[in-house]
Amino acid sequence: MAITGRRVGETLLKVENITMRFGGVKALTDISLEVKQHEILAIIGPNGAGKSSMLNVINGVYHPQEGKITYKGEVRSKMQAHQAAAQGIARTFQNIALFKGMSVLDNIMTGRNLKMKTNFLQQAFYWGAALREELEHRAKVEEIIDFLRIESIRKTPVGRLPYGLQKRVELGRALAAEPELLLLDEPMAGMNVEEKEDMCRFILDVNDEFGTTIVLIEHDMGVVMDISDRVVVLDYGRKIGDGTPSEVRGNEEVIKAYLGTSH
Amino acid sequence: MSALDTFPKLLIEHARLRPNKVAIREKDLGIWQSWTWADVHEQIRELSCGLSAMGLQRGEKVAIIGDNRPRLYWAMTAIQAIGGVPVPLYQDAVADEMQFVLEHAETRFAIVEDQEQVDKLLEIKARCPHLEQIIYDDPRGMRFHEIYEQAFIHSYAAVQERGKHYEYDNTALFPSAIAEGKGSDVAIMLYTSGTTGRPKGVMLTHDNLLITARNAVERENLREDEEVLAYLPMAWVGDSVFSYAQYYTAGFCVSCPESSDTVLTDMRELGPTYFFAPPRVYENMLTQVLIRMEDAGSIKRNMFNYFMALAKKVGTKILDGKPVEMKERLLYALGNALVYAPLKNVLGFSRIRLAYTAGEAIGPEIFDFYRSLGINVKQLYGMTEGSVFVCIQPNGDVKPDNVGTPATGVEVKITEQGEVVFNGPGVFHGYFKNDEATREAKSEDGWFHTGDAGFFDVHGHLKIIDRAKDVGHLNDGAMFAPKYIENKLKFFPHIKEAVAFGDGRDYVSVFINIDLGSVGNWAERRNIGYSGYTDLAGQESVYDLIQKCIEQVNLDLSTEAHLSSAQVKRFLILHKELDADDGELTRTGKVRRRPLAEKYAQLIEALYSDQSQCRVEAQVKFEDGRVGMIRADLKIRDVKTYPPQQLAQAS
Repeated sequence: MAITGRRVGETLLKVENITMRFGGVKALTDISLEVKQHEILAIIGPNGAGKSSMLNVINGVYHPQEGKITYKGEVRSKMQAHQAAAQGIARTFQNIALFKGMSVLDNIMTGRNLKMKTNFLQQAFYWGAALREELEHRAKVEEIIDFLRIESIRKTPVGRLPYGLQKRVELGRALAAEPELLLLDEPMAGMNVEEKEDMCRFILDVNDEFGTTIVLIEHDMGVVMDISDRVVVLDYGRKIGDGTPSEVRGNEEVIKAYLGTSH
Repeated sequence: MSALDTFPKLLIEHARLRPNKVAIREKDLGIWQSWTWADVHEQIRELSCGLSAMGLQRGEKVAIIGDNRPRLYWAMTAIQAIGGVPVPLYQDAVADEMQFVLEHAETRFAIVEDQEQVDKLLEIKARCPHLEQIIYDDPRGMRFHEIYEQAFIHSYAAVQERGKHYEYDNTALFPSAIAEGKGSDVAIMLYTSGTTGRPKGVMLTHDNLLITARNAVERENLREDEEVLAYLPMAWVGDSVFSYAQYYTAGFCVSCPESSDTVLTDMRELGPTYFFAPPRVYENMLTQVLIRMEDAGSIKRNMFNYFMALAKKVGTKILDGKPVEMKERLLYALGNALVYAPLKNVLGFSRIRLAYTAGEAIGPEIFDFYRSLGINVKQLYGMTEGSVFVCIQPNGDVKPDNVGTPATGVEVKITEQGEVVFNGPGVFHGYFKNDEATREAKSEDGWFHTGDAGFFDVHGHLKIIDRAKDVGHLNDGAMFAPKYIENKLKFFPHIKEAVAFGDGRDYVSVFINIDLGSVGNWAERRNIGYSGYTDLAGQESVYDLIQKCIEQVNLDLSTEAHLSSAQVKRFLILHKELDADDGELTRTGKVRRRPLAEKYAQLIEALYSDQSQCRVEAQVKFEDGRVGMIRADLKIRDVKTYPPQQLAQAS
């Protein structure tokens, strides 16, 4: 592992003048933002502001009609989601998307899918290169299990776990892809205070230990202000704020749109 | 070659005799990692030299804080090798509790497990002027932060690295330091959990620990191929004896679990042959089994009930080698194939040869449950000041209500006041910096006053009633032994904790803590909804349930000659679980009677009035250190008592 840590570096991802339409509805209008290496960027905004659409644009699920996306210095045109994954972008979802009947270990193992080099036939016979590869991947998965402190549920089917732990497993699966850019869609939604604190700790630890760049959507303002280096505020598909947590907190327009004013 | 009278000398001996035998294991990244005696010797030597290079002096105390990890056990021997004294602390203690011990023991060095412990020490460092160096094992979360880059924080590996270089220039350092050590040197200092007042530092010498451990190894015929799981807090004397002193004397292998949450899984994988646990652990395991059986299908459940009834009847007799009818013996063998063996396998007890329980009284049902499965669980009476072993139940002669006969080399007497006193090789050296307390507890010729009230029964087995100072009297003069009543109550799976009051009062009354797992499951099966502990504890039906348990205890008490007048008259169920973080329990989970009585004085007054309800406000401390208030209205109920009965003495 290279020396990384919380030292914000070069621009990793640059989004310029993105506009995204669904029929006549403009989900995103003329948005530009930059994500720097090793930083934690939070995207906030009221419901329907276009936060999830923004993530979907970044990891190639949606293709904006206008604008330009530059990732690691390369302009990308139409890219599919799996290509984004191969380039080191991983994500978690607002609603948990795990295989409920499979164990925690197997779920995280699925995150290694793109790193597997052997073909289907070799894996079916589980011999030679496939066997060696399996061991390598298992070792990596065990590191993640250790990292997220979920040793005690390693073999438990995911469906039997409480919600907070399922969220943690989902983070584990995203980490298994060893991403450079990690997109988290409301990682703390529906959690109690203790679970939220744990999750914050893990997000910070991921950023520290692996130097992973993180873009997250979150509603809990306390969390956002605590852990992010920079905050982007969206409202009705437009960017109305961009800066450090304290700058954003002082921004008039943001207060009006999101944090609330007295009428 | 000098006598093997210290831990480091034993280390050298093991490394010489059995260099390739596995000495210690730890589950890490899902795999059991092992180290041989030769590896362990090298690891300890490097650390020892490193500590020496950092200026650790003979006789100095070194704090050790963390879960059971091989590196922390090595640290203990490394410190002892150069004449230092390891002081293990409870790893879940909050920073303020640690501060007292660190200051009292004047520790300059602390060797800790991870960031959590380093953070605690950083928090109190300003108030601990003695503390100079912090050494940590697991670097996770401590990279790239300036506060962890301060000069007094070192990684374990870096200290070992330094040791390697230092030894290069001082080759004789390690062997000559070990040769200087003697059996009469202090080997370990343990702070007693402090049911009364400030913790006291109990100094145990190498002789204390090693002779006591050797005696017990011989008495129980422990071998070098035993498997032991080290999962109890290192700060507790039990761990110092079972996974350290006996480990060195018998030379068996100790395994450290992956984390404190995985102990049961790890135990199942490992299959220990020698096991030690406080009654609480046995209770929890049994409760788990019973809950799971309640949820099992009817065939399985009936099979379980049938064979457990059979085991109850003949299982303990078979274990004790007493005569049993041929038919029942055959049925028991069938039961073993169908129920007992699979059950033992689930619990990780398949290979067990010897298991101990100590620390508190164990419920007779719980005790018999394990013994009837063929698991040789025995009670032990001991304490920190006696290097654990004072009395042990002999094989084949085990009853749930006594603690057995004196251990090898130990003499036990009962004073005229009814207090248990003992003398032997394990009697501690003294309390650190507290000669007055030492003189109070230990007579000049070495007799230690346990503070426990007890007597020998007709078979010469010791029976403990209560703490001598807790035995009191009701206003009518009847004897009141709170712990005796509490233990009887706690033997019900629905009751987690009970605190009895009655000294200097007209009658006995109790606080009850229900067991959330057990009562919760009971409630779910009856479709009783609840939102949490406080809600469940306040429900009428739960009060009915507990009332029945208490009346059963009263009926039991009414048949006991000394204690028939001390039956429970009123009770209430507390709105929160008693917690060590709120100062209500000790770190080992014993009730701190006095602080509790002060805190809940208004509730106690209500128990001795005719109120049927009482309002309570109490402060609670959350795990992150924040403080909140809980308010609740508690119901108080009267319980039926029974006239004293004269029953024939049970056989």
